[in-house]
Amino acid sequence: MLLGPALAISAVLFTLGVAGVLLRRNAIVIFMCVELMLNAVNLTFVALAQRLGVGGQVFVFFVMAVAAAEAAVGLAIILAVYRHKQTVNLQNINILKG
Amino acid sequence: MTLTFFWIFGVIAMAGGLLCITRKNPIGSALWLVVTLFALAAMYVLLDAQFIAALQVLVYAGAIMVLFLFVIMLLNLGRPGPSDIKGPVGVGVAALLAGTLLLQLRVLGQAAPPEAIQLPAGTMAALQQQGMVAAVAGPLFDAYLIPFEITSLLLLAAIVGAVVLAKRKL
Amino acid sequence: MTGTAVDLIWLAPALALLGFVLNGALALWRPTAKAAVTVIGVGVLAGAFAVGIAVVSAFAGLHSEVPVVIRYWSWMPVGTLQIDAALQVDQLSAVMLLVVTGVGSLIHIFSVGYMKEDAGYARYFAYLNLFIFFMLVLVLGANFPVMFVGWEGVGLCSYLLIGFWFNEKVNADAGKKAFIVNRIGDFGFLVAMFILFWSTGSLDFHEVFAKAPTLLTAGGGAVTALTLFLFLGCTGKSAQIPLYTWLPDAMQGPTPVSALIHAATMVTAGVYLVARCNVLFALAPISGAVVAGVGALTALFAATIALKQWDIKRVLAYSTISQLGYMFVGVGTGAMAAGIFHLVTHAFFKALLFLGSGSVIYAMHHAYHATHSHEDAQDMRNMGGLRRHMPWTAALMWIATLAIAGVPPLSGFFSKDEILGAAFIRGTAQPVWLVFWGLGLAAALLTAFYMTRLMLYTFHGPNRTGADAQAHLHEAPWVMTAPLVVLGVLSAAGGLINLPELYGGSAWLQHWLEPVTKAGAALLPEAHVSTGVEWTLVAIAVAVAATGIVGAWRLLKPEALVPARAAAPERGLAKVLRNKWYVDEAYDFFVVQPLIWLSREVLWKQVDQRVLDGAGVNGAARGARALGWLGARLQTGQVGIYVTLFVVGVLAILWRVVGGGGG
Repeated sequence: MLLGPALAISAVLFTLGVAGVLLRRNAIVIFMCVELMLNAVNLTFVALAQRLGVGGQVFVFFVMAVAAAEAAVGLAIILAVYRHKQTVNLQNINILKG
Repeated sequence: MTLTFFWIFGVIAMAGGLLCITRKNPIGSALWLVVTLFALAAMYVLLDAQFIAALQVLVYAGAIMVLFLFVIMLLNLGRPGPSDIKGPVGVGVAALLAGTLLLQLRVLGQAAPPEAIQLPAGTMAALQQQGMVAAVAGPLFDAYLIPFEITSLLLLAAIVGAVVLAKRKL
Repeated sequence: MTGTAVDLIWLAPALALLGFVLNGALALWRPTAKAAVTVIGVGVLAGAFAVGIAVVSAFAGLHSEVPVVIRYWSWMPVGTLQIDAALQVDQLSAVMLLVVTGVGSLIHIFSVGYMKEDAGYARYFAYLNLFIFFMLVLVLGANFPVMFVGWEGVGLCSYLLIGFWFNEKVNADAGKKAFIVNRIGDFGFLVAMFILFWSTGSLDFHEVFAKAPTLLTAGGGAVTALTLFLFLGCTGKSAQIPLYTWLPDAMQGPTPVSALIHAATMVTAGVYLVARCNVLFALAPISGAVVAGVGALTALFAATIALKQWDIKRVLAYSTISQLGYMFVGVGTGAMAAGIFHLVTHAFFKALLFLGSGSVIYAMHHAYHATHSHEDAQDMRNMGGLRRHMPWTAALMWIATLAIAGVPPLSGFFSKDEILGAAFIRGTAQPVWLVFWGLGLAAALLTAFYMTRLMLYTFHGPNRTGADAQAHLHEAPWVMTAPLVVLGVLSAAGGLINLPELYGGSAWLQHWLEPVTKAGAALLPEAHVSTGVEWTLVAIAVAVAATGIVGAWRLLKPEALVPARAAAPERGLAKVLRNKWYVDEAYDFFVVQPLIWLSREVLWKQVDQRVLDGAGVNGAARGARALGWLGARLQTGQVGIYVTLFVVGVLAILWRVVGGGGG
């Protein structure tokens, strides 16, 4: 019963996350939008777990654990870059050029 | 009833997401994301995933977002400054791509949902007895034991990595 | 395989090739080992001649009416076409084999003396041996492609030998001219081969000549085109109009080379070709007339030029062109045996004339060398009265002169007379042949005249070499004069091989060649004239020869000649004849210059530079660089751009999924 709406809302949230990644230049905000995308996916999993078994929820568990690890390392990288470049604006960070 | 509440929290989540991506101030973005996460936790409860809802609040909203806020404040990004939202061209491209994505997802969503699995008789009653925590924990230590253990290794690697990367001097 | 000495035929070309390899090695690593070179160079030729005699005797013993074809290996099996590396021994190739190896041996011996002091001695003999190899492949080949290998090979050797003293530009240019003009003829040969294959499906002599009467319509387009193209090849190789211009220039090479290649053997390859393909030419009467007509015209034309040449070798070169014209009149008429007869006698007396002139030039060179003079050793105006210094050479060259003029009973008289007789006989049926007969007769008159002129200016009258050089003039060494003696005997007595029945002879050569020529002769109209007419023709021929000789003797005054350096330039008709009717200049203006212009302006500047280099090579580079520039635009280092492209990629994949599975 709740599956349809849940999937719709999940789609919208995911799209919002993508739009945010494309719109923003601040590295941290982009990161947050990625987290938003992950959450949207979590919602899908949980919604389908109602129908297909508890494996969906177990997967969400793992997603959260990995997201936590990813956030820690990612933010550490941003910190390190900030130390060198004094900015987190992605437009100014183009060391990968060429 | 459930549906109404579901929609209420759904709208809150979507609004929160929209506001998150449009705030100039990163602190604002972070806080609106927290709102979204809370709304999602409520939705999980309504979807019979209480354990996951609790985890959402504890881990996501509680730990990860706090970490975000710490980093933002550490880098002194909370002050108002020049906006980091892209100009009209960027907005146009983002709108186009996001719109296309939404359309495609809607199309996918129209597909017939998969058949619900047939649980053996009496399983739901047993589950009600156990509670959802046990329902999730069972497979976790049973069928998904190896991923569980690897995840712990992953977390260890993340800790070490974060420390190494963020240190001023090794 | 016949089980007789005929099987040894491969040995003849193999020996020549061995000579080339050994002498070539010596030329590269031990150029001063002249004794070894002499032994090898002359030895392989003598060996080849011995093999030739053995093979021909064995073949004669077989009394075979069909050629003996020995296949060595399968060279080009392509679909239905089977081309083998095969040699053929029949009556015609036997004659050619003996002429090539026999006269070749004599010239090799002569060369030992003539080239003794040359630094390129080993290289000379290497090339000469190689030439003999290719010439033998040419005459012994059993199919058109093998013959063509020989055909091309002798062209190559001709180029190498004409430009033997390549350090002087004029010699190198002469070699190039010979090769390039020959190539035009070779194109004709190739086209003829294509038409032949297309019409008959084979390129073997045996098969083609057997099938030709049935597969090719007599007088039809295919056979006429085919024979005309073959003749184009002949005009190139045998120096007829229009491709004769290389032969006078070829006199830049050493004189023995001129004797061997440009008198006795290579230039006769065209005549051999027509004789070999007598069936095809008999099927195409128009081509036969063209062959004879061109031959007759060339005979007269070249004779007129020879009247006013001062270089002794040039006179002989134009004489060769003229005599080759006679041979083509013979084979064009269908009298193959007559043409081949003249080929053989011409080989004798023309080789003798060239070698004799070689002795003269040798003596003149030595005289001028001793006095440190820079006069032209080959100009007749610098000679005169040499019979007092070189009696043997003079006498032998007189024999050759009388032979070429057609004085009985020397060989040239019989062969020339037979050709003219054949043309006249054919003319009784079709008048156009009488024109050819007339041209031939006029050419005979001029031949007698200019040859006598040559002898007169060179050997008789006062000497113009200069008082101090005169003392150094003497007869050539015996190694050079001995071959001249042999050739002299052959020139005198050579007529015996085909003495006509008119004089009670047995026409031995004609009967010997019958198995080869009868197929073609059967297709030609039979014609006879009475004995009375025949005797009249003989009388006319003798009268013409006598007029020429006596006329020259009376009209020309060697006493009036001045040495070359002091001679006044000619005027009027004499100037035109001296300048070869300006044919070379015409070719240059109408053919060579336009081609050079085309090559430079169009092919080089437009096609090569603009299209191939500009669009092709540089264009490709520019395109690659443009693509690279485009690619570099992507590598901005901006994560934002990367993410956008990433999302675009994901959407594209989703599109496929959605398009395939969903709505």
